[in-house]
Amino acid sequence: MNFQLSEEQQMLADSAKRFVRDNHDVEKHRQNKKLMPLDEATWAQFAELGWLAVPFAEEHGGLGMGPLETMVLLQELGEGLIMAPYIATVVLGGGFLRHASEAQQAETIPSLLEGGLQLAFAAEEYERVFTLENTAMKGDVQGGDVVLNGTKACVLNGDHADQLIVLARTAGQPGDKDGLSLFLVDANAEGIERIPHRTVDGRQGAEIRFSNVTVAEAARIGELDQGYDIARAVLLEGLLALSAECAGSLAVLLRDTVEYSKTRKQFGLPIGKFQALQFRMADMFIAMEQTRSLLMAATMKLAEGHDDAAKAVHAMKAQLGRAGRKIGQEAIQIHGGMGMTDELNVGHFVKRLTAVDGLFGNADVHLMEMARSA
Amino acid sequence: MDLRVPEQEKAFREEVRTFLEESLTPEIREAGKMVTSVFAPVKEAMAWQKILNQKGWAAPHWPKEYGGTGWSVTQRAIFAEELVRAETPPLVPMGLHMCGPCLIGCGTEEQQNEYLPKILNGEHFWCQGYSEPGSGSDLASLKTFAEKDGDDYIINGTKIWTTYAHYANKMFALVRTNKDGKPQQGITFLLLDMDLPGITIEPIVGLDEVTEQCQVFFDNVRVPQANRVGAENDGWTVAKYLLTFERGGQEYAPGLNVQLEKIRLMAEKQQTVQGPMSQDPLWQHKFASVSADVLALEFTEMRIKSALSAGKDPGALSSMTKILGTELLQKVTELRIDTLGAQAAIWQPQALVPGAEQPVIGPEYALTAMPHYLNSRACSIYGGSNEVQRGIIAKAVLGL
Repeated sequence: MNFQLSEEQQMLADSAKRFVRDNHDVEKHRQNKKLMPLDEATWAQFAELGWLAVPFAEEHGGLGMGPLETMVLLQELGEGLIMAPYIATVVLGGGFLRHASEAQQAETIPSLLEGGLQLAFAAEEYERVFTLENTAMKGDVQGGDVVLNGTKACVLNGDHADQLIVLARTAGQPGDKDGLSLFLVDANAEGIERIPHRTVDGRQGAEIRFSNVTVAEAARIGELDQGYDIARAVLLEGLLALSAECAGSLAVLLRDTVEYSKTRKQFGLPIGKFQALQFRMADMFIAMEQTRSLLMAATMKLAEGHDDAAKAVHAMKAQLGRAGRKIGQEAIQIHGGMGMTDELNVGHFVKRLTAVDGLFGNADVHLMEMARSA
Repeated sequence: MDLRVPEQEKAFREEVRTFLEESLTPEIREAGKMVTSVFAPVKEAMAWQKILNQKGWAAPHWPKEYGGTGWSVTQRAIFAEELVRAETPPLVPMGLHMCGPCLIGCGTEEQQNEYLPKILNGEHFWCQGYSEPGSGSDLASLKTFAEKDGDDYIINGTKIWTTYAHYANKMFALVRTNKDGKPQQGITFLLLDMDLPGITIEPIVGLDEVTEQCQVFFDNVRVPQANRVGAENDGWTVAKYLLTFERGGQEYAPGLNVQLEKIRLMAEKQQTVQGPMSQDPLWQHKFASVSADVLALEFTEMRIKSALSAGKDPGALSSMTKILGTELLQKVTELRIDTLGAQAAIWQPQALVPGAEQPVIGPEYALTAMPHYLNSRACSIYGGSNEVQRGIIAKAVLGL
């Protein structure tokens, strides 16, 4: 057992730490979230730093790294509320590309590594509690083609993406794991309408409507009707990445709250001297450490291929939701009115944690998934 | 003890319902549905106040001789419930619920004649100048100073968390007039115009990207001494009188019940693989747990009303309902975002502006969920934080 970072991982962490230190402050976050076009300069820098290459195989020009390195990188970036669509494009998008055909990989990966290709995973649907097998959007098989109809909701990076990975039901009923298929679709294909929107944490998303969008057999990732296993494997990595990013946010909220409680005086004392608040900050600390432990457990179990890896990932996402809510709410309460303003760090991190809890199944959903996991 | 509703109360409820049915305009109804805060969109709230005032119902809690209705405690409660049930925009409380009752209790006849009618008809829009940077719930530590000069006071300092200062034309403020002695004893209660030379208003953007709060700066602002309420250095007494109105008489349960019913309808729309979320045992457990708490609060509030109508002082019970009401409101808004999942993360504040032509992305019922969740985090902070309220219970009730 070894919980220490390798030299390579440490270098990755250090470069992300530097990036956050040099590039992030709340003012920049406020400006960025108003920009609809992607922050091209930041993305180019990500490419230059080699971060876009992290999870890709060396024969594709990647660094051949895995979930551990993604975790290390995103934990650091999470301290800076970075809005670049790393998870959508590299972790989820890249994850699916690793399961794609050689032709699909040859067409996409080099461009992605250079920073010229954006991806998005279109999975959530309105009025459907998110689990993969609950997908209802229809893909009608017509000969070798599939015709997509329906709407995907809250697609992270859905507005900027050049290519979409679409999860659709080509057979069976919602609830069936069989009958799901995955397609790599040009985001500007005929019949696709995108309605861009922000998400509460300032990221970009979109509602994506498919009306008779015809996709050829070559656009499919994996076997027809057998997309579940691939989608699940990639989603687990996506959940890890989201959680790693948020673990960084938890750390900032705790640090800022403790600092604030040492300087803010009420009734003649720094509020951090009141035992009622000390106990609550101690509980925030415990919740954060428990989240870190589950994050490490899930990441290592997944990276090493343990049987109970999926269960650990569900436990982690559930813990993240619960810890994020507790730590976020306490951070605002202890900051008082200042915590409610757009000006301080606190609210922005709370909004990120709140948004992420809702994405790809919230704490309740993942507790149920955990209960069902073997 | 008796829970049954007397016939005349049923008739009164019918009268209120009919009035609401007939007088709510589509704009006011829409604004009421868009509310994500205890403070409603100003334009529609003021339009609604005007309609109520024409009927003589803008301030049912005021004594009849000052423009109140003369209703019983029960009638007032029925009226409040019906307003909530019809989802009317809440009236802006600073004039009607804070400054008005305070002037009735502590103001001179001249002040009452001057201000009360204008509060009722909305001509005077008040804001509350209490908190200061660094003072918060520790109000006695305020520093904004008013120095006597001839017939005037000259004010210097700053106020923060001044709700709707950017809309207000009047402020009631606590200022320090004596720096010696116990901090509570050197405070004076003043009324002032917001357009006086030397006043600067800086809006504060909130987590929901809306401006409700402001910081107000005073640079040698001259206010006549005639605008003082109560005696000099006795503002603490006036403020405490006002605070009992701010904290007491507030009812949370009717609004919470409306919210819970909405959440139940939302849960019927959300599909899981086993059927609608409303049939999911985990969701049902969470929903029932909050509902039980709300039922308990509803009866706690009834006990307080019953004590009030018997002429008893509910004392620290108002601290209890402030804690319960605000924390349950927070739980309800949480349950709502939990019921909606990722749909609640779609952020479209521009669609929340009443009359906006902006089409809503996603189910319309999800639109207000996240802004309301975020905004409701403030209610355990303002009006005396819940930590301070728990302190009051520990001290005043438990004798600790």
